[in-house]
Amino acid sequence: MPYNIAVCVKPVPDPKHYDRVTIDPVKKTITRAGIPTLINPPDKSAIEAALQLRERCGGSVVVISMAPPDGAEILREVLAMGADEAFLLSDRALGGADTLATSYTLLHGLKKIEAAKGFRFDIVLCGNETADGATAQVSSQLGEWLEYPHLWNVSALESKGTDGEGKETFLLRTKMENGYMEWTAQTPFVLGIARDMTKPRFTSVMGIMKAKNKPLTVWNRADLDTAEDTYLGLPGSPTQPGVIFSPDLKRSGELLTGTPEEIVGRITAILRASGVVTGG
Amino acid sequence: MHFFEFTEEQKMLRKAVREFVDAEIAPKAAEWDEKDVCPVELFKKMGELGINGIFVPEQYGGAGQGSVARAICLEEISRHSAGLGIAMMTHHMGPYPILLYGTEEQKKKYIPDLCSGKKVGGLAVTEPGGGSDFSGQKTTGEKKDGGWVLNGRKCFITNSHIADTSVVTAKTGEDEKGRPKLSAFIVEKGTKGFEAGRKEHKLGLRGSVTGDVVLTDVKVPADALLGKEGDGAKIGMNAIGEVGRAGMSAICVGILRGCVEEAVKFSNERIVYGKPISKLQAIQFEVAKIRTYYEAARLMTYSAASLKDDGKPCANEVAMAKYFSTEYATDASKRLMDLMGGYGVINEYPVGRFLRDALASIPSGGTSHIMQIIIAANTLSGFQP
Repeated sequence: MPYNIAVCVKPVPDPKHYDRVTIDPVKKTITRAGIPTLINPPDKSAIEAALQLRERCGGSVVVISMAPPDGAEILREVLAMGADEAFLLSDRALGGADTLATSYTLLHGLKKIEAAKGFRFDIVLCGNETADGATAQVSSQLGEWLEYPHLWNVSALESKGTDGEGKETFLLRTKMENGYMEWTAQTPFVLGIARDMTKPRFTSVMGIMKAKNKPLTVWNRADLDTAEDTYLGLPGSPTQPGVIFSPDLKRSGELLTGTPEEIVGRITAILRASGVVTGG
Repeated sequence: MHFFEFTEEQKMLRKAVREFVDAEIAPKAAEWDEKDVCPVELFKKMGELGINGIFVPEQYGGAGQGSVARAICLEEISRHSAGLGIAMMTHHMGPYPILLYGTEEQKKKYIPDLCSGKKVGGLAVTEPGGGSDFSGQKTTGEKKDGGWVLNGRKCFITNSHIADTSVVTAKTGEDEKGRPKLSAFIVEKGTKGFEAGRKEHKLGLRGSVTGDVVLTDVKVPADALLGKEGDGAKIGMNAIGEVGRAGMSAICVGILRGCVEEAVKFSNERIVYGKPISKLQAIQFEVAKIRTYYEAARLMTYSAASLKDDGKPCANEVAMAKYFSTEYATDASKRLMDLMGGYGVINEYPVGRFLRDALASIPSGGTSHIMQIIIAANTLSGFQP
């Protein structure tokens, strides 16, 4: 049976340029100016999973992202990979959101898409965690908001055939520290897809050309008419980062002078004092 | 100079190809170079991405892009493996002349498989007597039993041992003034008497196969003739002049970018006298030169490619870009080697490969001297600023 699939994606700073990433000491946010972004790697795995589902069962793959305006570039790339339609939720009022405010915003984006399309999403996929924030919270929060069952750290998603009513049963696997758990599920559900669950396809030139004509809609705060201000952006975020600082890694050297015996004696004393050497 | 800007799609293309190259090419490039093997299996994957038929219209299975897009692909591949870069760029010289001079039947028969990655393309023009002495070719084509019989030997042919569909030139007679008449033929691998011969052991551009192509009583049907009888010189020159050289130029832009990136990395990481060598002006001067050569080569290469995309004459611009890019890729990699000190000659670093690849790029598609002859002829006959 065909599925209406939504995939939540996030543009993240390219890890190759992490040496240029700084943290604003006042706002406690990552300063990304001038750093190229890419699709959060686990999100790519989720996109691949969605595309494979669509190829097997039919339906549609819609991608959604809450990001600054240049997030459109990333969404165009997802369309080039093969997604059907993309939505960007972009507004200063949404900025500075923690995971709860992010999942709330995504919820209202998804609701608006559902209202416009006249369907409910059967499957909502997220990358399990983001390369920059790495909280792995959004997929579960989104599941709670949607009142759908949800699992995170999903490493396998397979079909187990259909039940008597023709509804497909999925076998899911979630990674644990020392192994994995198996689950069976029927749609609807929300999943946090682990980075290694799929091997995302490469984008083809033909895909890039097709993406040019696929719909990409940008919505601002006002468009999310079902959302309440108290849950959006920085003001709607109950978690706030505490003190952020770079640890002082300075090292100092001391030049020892004297006869070799004197220097050895001095080194031994220093090592004893620091606790590196104990005993006689 | 023809000014242009990359389109959004071209920027996305670069990003997509780079992602592929980082995953599938960069980790293995040194090994291909050391073992001197061409990763033919990657042609299938690159075909799926659209690189093999990047400039071929969609109706023949291509990606429907042009020369700028092709240069982007070649630069990105050659940033890590100029050897695979020249294999791909030579592959393009298979479908290109068929697209330009072939009949509708020939286009439909040969081009789709060359785009999809099912087949690899090649162009066999050069002979032991010389590559640039076009009219001195000794390979012959004789009309017989309603078809053609080809005999001769081609040398320094890239993709010699891996090409499935080759465009081959041969002398098929003389014109009324006694000048040799060359014709071009499409010859498929497996045709009786058509074989790859000696394989060259090259200084650079290893990871591509270069060798002889031997034709012994090769019988091809009448419809293997590309264009008209006597079109061979035009077909060969056009493919080499505007596609081969433009490709070599883009390959060297890739090498130059490699030099910039490695120079930045090394000079920031290498600590001497307590600080990175990038703080030293002597090093900075080298970094500045390498960067400037890269940018200049890039401008010339893409500018010439965009001329071609706009349907304007570009042989001179391509010759200048090729001349500059290959020479300065050589210069930049030597400078990078100097900058790196002893590390420069350690094969763990790619700089030695850059230098060897750049040197091998100079004669590929016409030496710097031939490029200068073309540029001088164009300049002396009507230079207009």
